[in-house]
Amino acid sequence: MVENGIGASVRRKEDKRFLIGKGNYTDDINVAAQTHACFVRSPHAHATINSIDTGEAMASTGVVAVLTGDDLAADGIGPLICGVTVTSDDGEPHRAPAHPALAQGKVNYVGDHVAIVIAETLAQARDAAEKVDIDYGVLPAVTDTGSAADEGQQQIHEVAPNNMCFNWPFGEKDAVEAAFASAHKISTLDLVNNRMVTNPMEPRAALGEYNEGTEEITLHLTTQNPHVHRLVLSAFNQLAPEHKLRVVGPDVGGGFGAKIFVYAEELVVGWACRKVKRPVKWTSDRTEAFLSDAHGRDHVATAEMAMDENGKFLAMRVMTQANLGAYLSTFATMVPSYLYAFLLAGQYTTPLIYSEVKAVFTNTAPVDACRGAGRPEATYLVERLVDVAAADMGLDPAEIRRRNFIPVDAFPYQTPVVQCYDSGDYEAALDKAMAMADYDSFSARADEARTRGKRRGIGLSSYVEACGIAPSAAVGQLGAGVGLWESAQVRFNPTGNVQVFTGTHSHGQGHETTFAQLVTEQLGVPFENIEVIHGDTAKTQFGMGTYGSRSLAVGGVAIAKACEKLIAKGKKIAAHALEAAEGDIEFADGNFSVAGTDKAMNIAEVAFTAYVPHSYPEGLEPGFDENAFFDPLNFSFPAGTHICEVEVDPETGVVEIVKYTAVDDFGKLVNPMIVEGQVHGGIVHGVGQALLEGCRYDSEGQLITASYMDYAMPRADNVPSFDIDYAPTNPPHNPLGVKGCGEAGAIGAPPAVINAISNALGIKHIDMPATPENVWRAAQTAALG
Amino acid sequence: MPAVAMNVNGNAVSGEVEPRTLLVQFLRESLRLTGTHVGCDTSQCGACVVHVNGKSVKSCTMLAVMADGCDVTTIEGLATDGSMHPMQQAFMDNHGLQCGFCTPGMVMTALDIVNRNGNDLNEATVRKELEGNICRCTGYHNIVKSVQAGAKAMGE
Ligand code: FES
Ligand code: FES
Repeated sequence: MVENGIGASVRRKEDKRFLIGKGNYTDDINVAAQTHACFVRSPHAHATINSIDTGEAMASTGVVAVLTGDDLAADGIGPLICGVTVTSDDGEPHRAPAHPALAQGKVNYVGDHVAIVIAETLAQARDAAEKVDIDYGVLPAVTDTGSAADEGQQQIHEVAPNNMCFNWPFGEKDAVEAAFASAHKISTLDLVNNRMVTNPMEPRAALGEYNEGTEEITLHLTTQNPHVHRLVLSAFNQLAPEHKLRVVGPDVGGGFGAKIFVYAEELVVGWACRKVKRPVKWTSDRTEAFLSDAHGRDHVATAEMAMDENGKFLAMRVMTQANLGAYLSTFATMVPSYLYAFLLAGQYTTPLIYSEVKAVFTNTAPVDACRGAGRPEATYLVERLVDVAAADMGLDPAEIRRRNFIPVDAFPYQTPVVQCYDSGDYEAALDKAMAMADYDSFSARADEARTRGKRRGIGLSSYVEACGIAPSAAVGQLGAGVGLWESAQVRFNPTGNVQVFTGTHSHGQGHETTFAQLVTEQLGVPFENIEVIHGDTAKTQFGMGTYGSRSLAVGGVAIAKACEKLIAKGKKIAAHALEAAEGDIEFADGNFSVAGTDKAMNIAEVAFTAYVPHSYPEGLEPGFDENAFFDPLNFSFPAGTHICEVEVDPETGVVEIVKYTAVDDFGKLVNPMIVEGQVHGGIVHGVGQALLEGCRYDSEGQLITASYMDYAMPRADNVPSFDIDYAPTNPPHNPLGVKGCGEAGAIGAPPAVINAISNALGIKHIDMPATPENVWRAAQTAALG
Repeated sequence: MPAVAMNVNGNAVSGEVEPRTLLVQFLRESLRLTGTHVGCDTSQCGACVVHVNGKSVKSCTMLAVMADGCDVTTIEGLATDGSMHPMQQAFMDNHGLQCGFCTPGMVMTALDIVNRNGNDLNEATVRKELEGNICRCTGYHNIVKSVQAGAKAMGE
């Protein structure tokens, strides 16, 4: 094995700067003559704006400017866009109400942006923001997902009758109905997928600078995808031409989806810095983050499974209502449609699936991707329904899964919901997980717990997800406005060290380490001589960023392809220098050698020769620096089984996770230490959703969980340590053999936890979050307390 | 504006601040010690933990003027001569950080845990003691391991 190459748990390159306090997050950056911005936000969920008086605010100490939607419109900036089209059942594209970056006559959720106040200090900006006098005409609010489209509801947008964004039927309705009509048994489940606030620990921030000489805007942003930000801000929001806009995502403190999107504050800061001709900095506080970051999940659904007498799944029917919030965020429409319905087959051979997704507008913050994005919602529904089906059939949850798994020899497997799974061995993961979790002796542990007045439960979740987002042709057909390839540049410097430029963005994933491992493996350059550079549109050629567990599966392959090009060119240079035929040159461990001789040249020498080409192959370009783009042929399909064992105190409703086992198939692991960390984090994100996190608006549209006092984040004492292992299979479409691992935990965990609690209490279902109060009530109803 | 003077990471510093200035603002904005982070506005997340007179404090919940005359240690004050403190090293060795945002607060809290509980820490103690620090990335598993390993290394 190459030292620090593929498969080694190399310690991370990025850690030192974070550990000694030398990280460089957006709010850490300060520039000369910088001003500070505060946004004036709507305190009402739904209101007309009758007037805005900025006079007193403008006169306030230190104020540089107070700008409103009128100023923005006058400059022709905006509105914000949603980049994916979903066709509704009437054949029309989804309804897309205008999404101004600063309100135009109306506000549609608490936290909606009305004005920006720019002052010399943040305190002055905040003081002045309170003096902006806005006369609102308050309207009734719509906040409940399930009833938002009901007759007689308050209408939010004129262009969206009944508050409907789209109604998207998918699948063979009649065939599914016929299968249900002749089924031996039908299992039914109503469930809620609770709304989450994504909550990366670094709040969003933006720092805009305008250079009057070059007419260039530089925006430092908390972004997962700087080039996507630049493209959207330029092509759709008219902020500045693409070549006059530089977007930098420096160190970013977690994203989990929330920092994919192009937000109003980012556009407004970029525009305002040019308007006031001073740098403008805005940093969200946590309350603003709760109010204005895009939220996640928020479905109500009914799921039904038709089975034969052996518990074999014949057909599934799913009716879902999804809340998209007040406006469409950047990828909002895609999450409850393509990223959801296309995963409803799960790991099973269910031959017929029909789903309808009704997406609705409400007077709440926009809803978009949150770790897993659509796939956790699909998995939760499928894996809960499978447990209900098992109970209805009198089968063990493991047994019903086995009876319906796609068998290992059936890959590639075409599901009835578009996706063609390329590889997997679901039974292997289940077996391994059951052995690690000591599944077979669970009843003894349950009996013992009972003697202490506790109830033990065990829950399985066998998930599959679609990652490595994504083949451009596939997403294009679905209505995406972009291609989802990735790019890389691998540049040798004349002295032999290497800079790797990637279009993906690392905000905790450890790309600086993992990608250097790829290069050290392939080119034989020592790990410490490789630097991975990302996050700056002025440095990296282009890129689609990081989300959907795509960075290694797509971006990593682009790096590998650039390395291949370097090797091919290096062979020409070495052949010339070593006076051999190009066909006789072999490359291994960083050395070009003439086959069958001891004549060799290190790749660093080749690089030097390429930059100092005094004696050089005729016609060959100097330089040792290659670009590559990679567009995947298929999604990748990580899968696995998670098993959660809980102990419930029926007297208090407190749930303790006593053991959590995860066996995942991520294909090949480049850095097992980093992969394991991704799994841990994902599981706790999922446990958070299952046990603690619930975003709530009251009927007037006030967010009543707007701080960590009211929104319960998982903390160290809410979770155990985890038992993690792998059951890998090789994805034939991916040249590196990798599948992606960033979202698996958040997808696998919620059903495992809720299946365990349902099992413990002997109940059919409990909605998330299973807080002590909810669990206690369920235990009371089940007469266990 | 009131004047404040304190000792930060062994250096005497002073400045004039508005009375409402928080200690974390003084550190980040006046001293440009941006290793200490702000992750919330309700004293819940622990991203801002520093030591004041040897005890861990959420620097978002203390006014700069309250630290007048105090000894303050921030994350920048731990490494000596370019080599990391054993607790910092333990976080690196055990992959106790991902995005790094919660990390300075975690490390400063970890040191306080060791100061109060000694070098031999069991998992339950560490988990309970970390209750005031939120991490969204790591799932805590490796942070707990890091704190235990760092505590041990500090005793050697
Ligand atoms: S910033 Fe101090 S506790 Fe969150
Ligand atoms: S490492 Fe990202 S919040 Fe802890």
